[in-house]
Amino acid sequence: MALPIEPRPAQPGRVLGRVVRRKEDPRLITGTGSYVDDLRLPGMLHMAVVRSPHAHARITGIDTGRARSMPGVRAVITGEEVKDLCGPMPVGWSLQGLKAPVKYPLALDRVRHVGEAVAVVVAESPAAAADGAEAVQVGYEPLPAVTDPEAAMQDGSPLVWDDVPNNIAARFPLSGGDIEDAFRKADRVVKLRLVNQRLVPVPMEPRGVVAQAHPISGELTLWSSTQIPHILHALLPGLLNVPETRVRIVAPDVGGGFGCKLNLYAEEILAGALSLKLGRPVKWIERRSEHFMATIHGRDQINHVEAAVSGDGRILGIRARIIADIGAYHQLLTPAIPTFTPFMMSGVYAIPALDVEVIEVFTNKTPTDAYRGAGRPEATYLLERLVDTVARELGLDPVEVRRRNFIKADQFPYNTVSGLTYDSGDYEGALNKLLEKIDYEGFRRQQQEARQQGRLLGIGFSTYVEICGLAPSRIWGALGAGIGGWESATVRISPAGRVTVVTGTSPHGQGHQTSWSQIVAETLGVNYEDVEVLHGDTAVAPHGLDTYGSRSAAVGGTAVYMASVKLREKARRIAAHVLEATVDDVEFQVVDGQGRFHVKGAPQRHVTLAQVAAAAFTAHNLPDDVEPGMEATVFYDPTNFTYPFGAHACIVEVDPEDGRVKILRYVAVDDCGNVINPQLVEGQVHGGLAQGIAQALYEGVVYDEQGQLLTASLTDYAVPTAADLPSFETDRTVTPSPTNPLGVKGVGEAGTIGSTPCVVNAVIDALAHLGVRHIDMPLRPSRVWAAIQQAKASGGGQPA
Amino acid sequence: MKPPRFRYFAPTSVDEAVELLSTHADAAKVLAGGQSLVPMLNLRLARPEVLVDINRIESLSYLRVEDGHLAVGALARHRMVEKAPEVAARVPVLQEAVRHVGHVQIRNRGTVTGSIVHADPSAEMPAVLALLDGSVRVVGPSGTRDIPWQELFLTYFTTTLGPDELAVETRFPLPPAGAGWSFMEVARRHGDFALVAVAALVTADETGRVKEARLSLAGVGGTPVRPERAEALLAGQALEDDVLAAVADAVREAIEPESDIHASAEYRRHVAGVLAGRALRAAMERARRGGEG
Repeated sequence: MALPIEPRPAQPGRVLGRVVRRKEDPRLITGTGSYVDDLRLPGMLHMAVVRSPHAHARITGIDTGRARSMPGVRAVITGEEVKDLCGPMPVGWSLQGLKAPVKYPLALDRVRHVGEAVAVVVAESPAAAADGAEAVQVGYEPLPAVTDPEAAMQDGSPLVWDDVPNNIAARFPLSGGDIEDAFRKADRVVKLRLVNQRLVPVPMEPRGVVAQAHPISGELTLWSSTQIPHILHALLPGLLNVPETRVRIVAPDVGGGFGCKLNLYAEEILAGALSLKLGRPVKWIERRSEHFMATIHGRDQINHVEAAVSGDGRILGIRARIIADIGAYHQLLTPAIPTFTPFMMSGVYAIPALDVEVIEVFTNKTPTDAYRGAGRPEATYLLERLVDTVARELGLDPVEVRRRNFIKADQFPYNTVSGLTYDSGDYEGALNKLLEKIDYEGFRRQQQEARQQGRLLGIGFSTYVEICGLAPSRIWGALGAGIGGWESATVRISPAGRVTVVTGTSPHGQGHQTSWSQIVAETLGVNYEDVEVLHGDTAVAPHGLDTYGSRSAAVGGTAVYMASVKLREKARRIAAHVLEATVDDVEFQVVDGQGRFHVKGAPQRHVTLAQVAAAAFTAHNLPDDVEPGMEATVFYDPTNFTYPFGAHACIVEVDPEDGRVKILRYVAVDDCGNVINPQLVEGQVHGGLAQGIAQALYEGVVYDEQGQLLTASLTDYAVPTAADLPSFETDRTVTPSPTNPLGVKGVGEAGTIGSTPCVVNAVIDALAHLGVRHIDMPLRPSRVWAAIQQAKASGGGQPA
Repeated sequence: MKPPRFRYFAPTSVDEAVELLSTHADAAKVLAGGQSLVPMLNLRLARPEVLVDINRIESLSYLRVEDGHLAVGALARHRMVEKAPEVAARVPVLQEAVRHVGHVQIRNRGTVTGSIVHADPSAEMPAVLALLDGSVRVVGPSGTRDIPWQELFLTYFTTTLGPDELAVETRFPLPPAGAGWSFMEVARRHGDFALVAVAALVTADETGRVKEARLSLAGVGGTPVRPERAEALLAGQALEDDVLAAVADAVREAIEPESDIHASAEYRRHVAGVLAGRALRAAMERARRGGEG
């Protein structure tokens, strides 16, 4: 389909494509931002949650008497009353045959994971609420818990839900090409079992909500530390039985999300319900220890994968069984996330056959859902570990094997075996740029010399492609989404010539105030400083689908651009009228940073955009078919996804005696299409790399066999700090996306997706000659050391 | 407020604090830097009825070198120790170890003496106290006494300090002139408690052999450990590979580490031996250079 608007060129403009000062920073770095917890409303009550200490138990009784009689306590709600207050929690994705047991915001008669909400106490102060919550007496009869998804699928396993046999919530098959033929032709079959461990998102700001119901009108305003005010606006009114026209959702400053705030949580529903019931504002702020058990977790897949491979290292087909441990019930998008993995499983390679089954399994753990990358890091980890293993088993160089399998630059748009159409790419170009930076041959010599001295150096590569720009609404609906994938933007110019942008995206660290201002300033020829961006409030920005999945630049940014162009066209018509010329004879130009319209061939006959705006508002002299005012709104629905890609390399040294891994270099070449602001891209890449490296080396949720959460604080859950990470070396290639006129792709998750396998590949490269084939993450020192010991004991390995 | 209710006292003298402690005994907890106690209160894992906040007893905020000791008052923050020139000059191993305690923000508040009487066996300060054969000076209703480290630590988070006694000073004997030193640690992250930490102190004779060697370990059991047999093996020896291998074995025999989610007991035992060898080599290197940093 032809684009309605000509693509912008790739090179930087006056403002677009350049580093400018972030508009968000002055307030955020001076502590004058406004987060949910900064809200203090008159008469505000505070909510505390009573949570299950058991992984699986029957509730035998709840005594709220003592709590109710405590000073300051205003209400105590348990599962008995919750059905009168609100509907069950919605599942925002459907799959064929999906088992979606009914789940209310409070447990009704059974708890299914440690941290599940059992009751809430509302009181005059946070302390009174906490004391009240402690006074609620809950009787439990413990039931056998199941924490291992492979065990959970066995007959006779304890059942998380009695009516879900073998704890299997869904099976999602995806195949393409002739897999039987691939394995028949294969010279070799390479197999791996990989555990992609469970992670906790840990944004700097935990979750929080303030709900304020007007006691007379029943109007409800709900402030939440969320990524999705608009989606909450679509869901909450129905659950609370309030007309959506009387509900306003606000996402104020939000201190990070990483996907975990792409959800509707029990506490948001309960705060809203209790404010409506009590007629007073209700606040709940998540404690860090609650975050570890009551906010969604990410990842958690076991991958059984085998590749059919030719003798020269070509991958003919991949067969995989993906067991996704989704925890105790569905949060908003729980069923969707694991199904994204098979779609991206052929990655940057021209793999002709694929046969995957995803099995989603309930266990007595916190539910999983979207976490930075959401299904794509799992695909990339699986594939990039597999490619390295193929290279090693065939005695080939991992770079060479990648080259042999790459989709070539002249093959785009490329239809993958999984049914996607990659928009644009040059995978070998990114790899070549990476190799220029690392002196690969020199490193291999250095590695050999080091081994002679007993030192273990390794290099890992990762070449990835991911999927962004969520989403073409038709495709989204066909996949199972409960919502569309478009985005909206309104651009208006005030009578005095200043510009306001209203966006349906909901930034929580991405810097949309900065980047959307750049797009508008460039397109309209106004000062960057004169553009205001409003977002995150459904009363101000009624339409939008929020921020997740690296969608905002490609979809929301495009909407902003198109609204700017639409407004500029309106201005051109007014300008033509004022200049007494035909519209086609009037051109837009930016002169000295100021947008103006002039008659072709007569630049002295011009009016400025500001003059046009003034004319539009006085409306003394407008064409008959032009409405007064200077405002344009666009709903943009993309025609395809976008596919950012890149090539990463990591060099590590492993201490053979204590198993510590030190990253000596980390080099990333990413391609996110055209760039709106290089500094914002850099920031996203750095943060993404940190999070991906964190999965490889540091982080991992641990439950014991009884389902007790052993990593329930930042002491035990090892989020790395800057001191634990190397200085990153980053670079870019630029392959514009043909899908949108800005040519942008998205970069919010790329670093995370590329880096995890890169680090693990480097560690295995350092240890492979000792006989180590794979180590499951996180590669903490004790695990690395144990793998070395085991390899030595089994006499594996080759001479150095 | 997140913690359970407690009564709060802020005495301004040691006598007043001790009187409060003898009145409330087991019901009371002393608050100094609060870097361990306050999180435990907020998680409601600790529920003292009474908090005795000693932060207003200004006389306890000092560091001084006296009688062959470095005396560290109960309100001396980690950061004060880290920055003090006399610590760098006279007890460099303590300065090195203190840099491994948490992060700057934690060291700005946390106290050395508080860390020691909290008796986390993975913490760095108790291991240094053991290395230097130090003691803690306590004041109780019946007067002042010094508790040598061997008598202080009982097991995880447990000391012989009476409920009515206040630790007022940590006393680190100065290392012998010319002693070499080292402090090495394996932790999950920078600033974490040690999986294993080893402190070493070595004096050398003119031929480069060990005159006296001391080792002290953290993270390897319920208390800091001085592996006596390993120390004895070192006397009179050059640090050859076979000697260090025997020392590593002796270190591993001397400890009873536990497994947790961060590392297995087997790993800790192994790494204790590895770090002991490395720490001894580094300490000997310094000893040969005359004990200079």
